[in-house]
Amino acid sequence: MKIKGKVWKFGKNIDTDVIIPARYLNTSDPAELAKHCMEDADPDFSKKIKSGDIIVAGKNFGCGSSREHAPIALKAAGIGCVIALSFARIFYRNAFNMGLPIFECDETASALEEGDEVEVDADTGKIRDLTTGDIFKAQPIPPFMQELVSDGGLIPHVLKSL
Amino acid sequence: MSRPMTIAEKILAAHAGLDSVEPGQLVEVDVDFALGNDITAPIAIKIFRQAGVNTVFDREKIALVSDHFVPNKDIMSAEQARLLREFAAEQGIVHHYDGGESGVEHVLLPEKGLVLPGDVVIGADSHTCTYGAMGTFATGVGSTDLAATMITGKTWFKVPESIKFVYKGKLRPWVGGKDLILYTIGDIGVDGALYMAMEFTGPVIDSMSMAGRFTMSNMAIEAGGKVGLINPDDTTLDYVTDRAVRDFTVYRSDEDAQYAKVIEYDCSEIEPQVACPHLPENTKGISEVGNVSLDQVVIGSCTNGRLEDLALAADVISGRRVSKGLRLIVIPTTPTVYIQALEKGFLTTFLNAGAVIGPPTCGPCLGGHMGVLAKGERALSTTNRNFVGRMGHPESEVYLANPAIAAASAVLGRIGSPDEL
Repeated sequence: MKIKGKVWKFGKNIDTDVIIPARYLNTSDPAELAKHCMEDADPDFSKKIKSGDIIVAGKNFGCGSSREHAPIALKAAGIGCVIALSFARIFYRNAFNMGLPIFECDETASALEEGDEVEVDADTGKIRDLTTGDIFKAQPIPPFMQELVSDGGLIPHVLKSL
Repeated sequence: MSRPMTIAEKILAAHAGLDSVEPGQLVEVDVDFALGNDITAPIAIKIFRQAGVNTVFDREKIALVSDHFVPNKDIMSAEQARLLREFAAEQGIVHHYDGGESGVEHVLLPEKGLVLPGDVVIGADSHTCTYGAMGTFATGVGSTDLAATMITGKTWFKVPESIKFVYKGKLRPWVGGKDLILYTIGDIGVDGALYMAMEFTGPVIDSMSMAGRFTMSNMAIEAGGKVGLINPDDTTLDYVTDRAVRDFTVYRSDEDAQYAKVIEYDCSEIEPQVACPHLPENTKGISEVGNVSLDQVVIGSCTNGRLEDLALAADVISGRRVSKGLRLIVIPTTPTVYIQALEKGFLTTFLNAGAVIGPPTCGPCLGGHMGVLAKGERALSTTNRNFVGRMGHPESEVYLANPAIAAASAVLGRIGSPDEL
């Protein structure tokens, strides 16, 4: 599985209230949530991004509330994957459960620039900055987890195998 | 003979049917209780239906609590609460709380004896870790994980490493559980316990009330922790025994259990703490905060909305008036807390001071309703998060503190201590 898109950079400790503010949690409709994704950090974010674009962030991405609306909003907005120095525990699990691939990488937060074209290979964990030619290494996503992501998350994946 | 274990390891081992477990091990465990609320359960119910399953694993081991956007704040919230009501009726879910029976879930469920020492509890709400105060392995999950548990009665965990926190010394005036946990988060950072079990110990914890312990465990997630555990003792049993709806088992850490880290604090050096915008780790002692004027003060929430919290705030504010132009909102967290606060005269004290008393709800804590901040406004709150936009407009600000500081600040019109009144 390869993910290719433009980098959108955020800092450390990006919490789920920023990813999707609670004032929009009176619905769980993905399309509606997508409109407000990252709104409090960048009001026009959902309009600016293209399908497959990549969020690059610092440590502890997704901290705070357990709301699964956060990975739902990111995925529905078109985010191809999130690369961060580390992820908060509940978000980590929710992201895979919802079929949003995420990668932990020590170097990208400082090395990648906003707007860089990046290609991520889930098989090898190789992150290639197509703009600069730099290559970084993240943990690969094992084949069964990639299948889970391709199936659209844990539940569709489990139902397929029944 | 099995290896010495922490309380976290013992509970997980027992629920996985193993003699012992060690950090890093993946285990499938039986879940004693699972919960969701009016924001998270709708997604879990949708997934439950998508999975084509007919019945939940156990209709007595699931709670559906409408507490976040109730009383319904708009039509869409009303639809979400109705979804819970209909699903509960269809499935015969025993513990569905709505209307005048409902309250803030993490105060309500322990109060009703539904979550108990030694349990494994998962909740589709990050503050599920609150129950760790009773020696419960309780942690927040997403809606998909809740749905899976509603179907199977099980979940999987990576056994966490544990950090032992030892609180020693004599508490200063106006210092309680909230200050110790804020101080701890300020020390280790908002990811200082990422993926780990926090275990709160020491003589200060031994002599702390359940209310203070719940406050500490509640905010374990604010340091990234999976659970915030306190070993059960007589204080725990006094609280739990008469409420418990079923049998429970007490687990305590072995003295020679292995910890990733042991961190000791001399509490006699800790003054009341304030977490400044926009992270719970941005803590300062009250004397270092400076002159910060306020538009609103909120006393309530799963962190500090228990009877003891209201008693403390009422004591500070009694006979005084809220500063002109400042709104004080007080939210008793459950019907029982509300009645007791009424009978003890706390609500009269707050009303005489110029406060607004809200119904039990999570409302303002997450900028839901009943106290949303306008652009540029500043609040001090006894809640647990001060993220950007947490209580309203993205350009508003939230400071976190204990109920005594909150009450004093409401009178002063700026952040301050009861000693200044």
